[in-house]
Amino acid sequence: MDIVVLVKQVPDTESIIQIAGDGVSIKKDDIKWVMNPYDELAVEEALRIKEAKGGTVTVLSVGPQKAQETIRTALAMGADKGVHVNDPKAEGSDSLAVARILAAALKSLPFNLIIAGQRGVDEDNYQVGAAVAEFLGIPHLALVVKAELLDGRLRCHRVIEGGTVVVEAPLPALFTTQRGLNDPRYASLPGIMKAKKKPLEVKTVADLGLDPATVGAGNRKVVVKALRLPPQRKAVRMIAGETAEAVAAELVRVLHDETKLI
Amino acid sequence: MAQGVIAITEQRDGKLRKVSFEVISEGRRIADGLSAQLTAVVIGSGCDALAAEIKKFGPDKIVVLDDPALADYRTDAYTPALAEVVKSLDPAVVITGASVQGKDLAARLAARLNAGLVMDCTAISLQNGVITYTRPMFGGKIMADVQVQGSPQIVAVRPNVMSIAESPKESVVEKPTPHLGEVKTAVAEKMMDTSNKIELTEADIIVSGGRGTGGKFEPIEELAAALGGAVGASRSAVDEGWRAHSDQVGQTGKVVSPTLYIACGISGAIQHLAGMSSSKVIVAINKDAEAPIFSKADFGVAGDIFQILPAVTEAVKKLRS
Repeated sequence: MDIVVLVKQVPDTESIIQIAGDGVSIKKDDIKWVMNPYDELAVEEALRIKEAKGGTVTVLSVGPQKAQETIRTALAMGADKGVHVNDPKAEGSDSLAVARILAAALKSLPFNLIIAGQRGVDEDNYQVGAAVAEFLGIPHLALVVKAELLDGRLRCHRVIEGGTVVVEAPLPALFTTQRGLNDPRYASLPGIMKAKKKPLEVKTVADLGLDPATVGAGNRKVVVKALRLPPQRKAVRMIAGETAEAVAAELVRVLHDETKLI
Repeated sequence: MAQGVIAITEQRDGKLRKVSFEVISEGRRIADGLSAQLTAVVIGSGCDALAAEIKKFGPDKIVVLDDPALADYRTDAYTPALAEVVKSLDPAVVITGASVQGKDLAARLAARLNAGLVMDCTAISLQNGVITYTRPMFGGKIMADVQVQGSPQIVAVRPNVMSIAESPKESVVEKPTPHLGEVKTAVAEKMMDTSNKIELTEADIIVSGGRGTGGKFEPIEELAAALGGAVGASRSAVDEGWRAHSDQVGQTGKVVSPTLYIACGISGAIQHLAGMSSSKVIVAINKDAEAPIFSKADFGVAGDIFQILPAVTEAVKKLRS
């Protein structure tokens, strides 16, 4: 089983995000950058499948030089090989263009299965996995909490509102991860040492045979006009009282009379 | 030139989901703003009757895509059928819900049509025929105003945000033969929660618990039941194994926008705050009066949740009786 995992480097979810001077991007310094948490699930699942069935795990990422750290993290967890599309022409691409770049890179990689995070916890677009599958003409299954490989078919438990559906697809196929799929391992010290020697290929947009006019900041279909901070709330109103009952009565009165929500 | 608006509705087991009404209502507002026609699409199997149900939201036309192959949602069955409708009508805007199904469908449809997609949109404004979409990013830490180049512009709106408005019309109903491509996927099984649990992303009221519960969620469940709300959990409560992953509110869980969010024993990690800060009213109950959660709350109680919550539940029951 040859598996390709799509990974992205994103700001740690504990980061405070600030808007840059241009008003349409975020300040990228002073942020801790990590592997997208949903991609950690994807790497872990790929490694488990490889451990059970043999094969290879390749990690693929589009991003600036720094994104190589995330590829190295996946290699330290146990992936075999990394492919990094590192090209200023790709910078600022929207999800559709990122998917186009990934799909182009996948055309020269052997795979039976592709695993991706359900979304990047940066722009929260939920698009790349589905779009990559579309560009490759293969089925995809989103939000998977359990994946099984049975005789050339992929069988996944997908979480939907109020339940779970089990869906099957023939390979090659792509699925995206949901929390609950597994508990990602940490990279071990020997793993980190070994990762330094694992192959990491670097490619440009031209290497992939892509028209640069279809990718990058200047070719976005979704154009950011302004970033804003969410509206600030007024200072909290503390509710106190002699007894729990008195506090509760006042809270319920406020919610009923003033906010009219209950 | 592309014109008009298509609103894609969502049904499950023959019943329209609430987000469908939000999508048609918002679609109507956009179409009116553009002085254009609104077409609503119903897709499923044996879903004729649903057309009558949506006329009151005022679509000019209703397209029913009815086929046994469309009974359960499958991306590769729905995408070609809807792509065909979109191509034939050449609309300026396609609007759908950012539900689990809608997000999945919108992403695949956008790639097939090479169209810009605004995911999980929370506000839409129109000026001189130009549409600006607002959407949260970084789990709600940042709001982005975006515009879309080319057509169609596809937008998936967050459930529970757009208001539902009736404006009945004698809509024309069309029933074309759905275009079905090669469908490779199959639904093998459906396991639905039959406990009538309210889905977090659709709930008007959420009572959430964190580390401060010590794993005892009964007082939280009881208050949620008294309020008719859903139970949520912080990441640490889920990591401890006290609650299912599907209950997790936060940047790496569900991003929610209820009218009332009651955070109990939750200190307020940044990634949790990101997932609930768009709630209309936030109440925080926590022993530690210095907890960061209070900086995001409208109302706060510094106290022991095991004393306060049962008293609140009693007070709610008294109010309701």
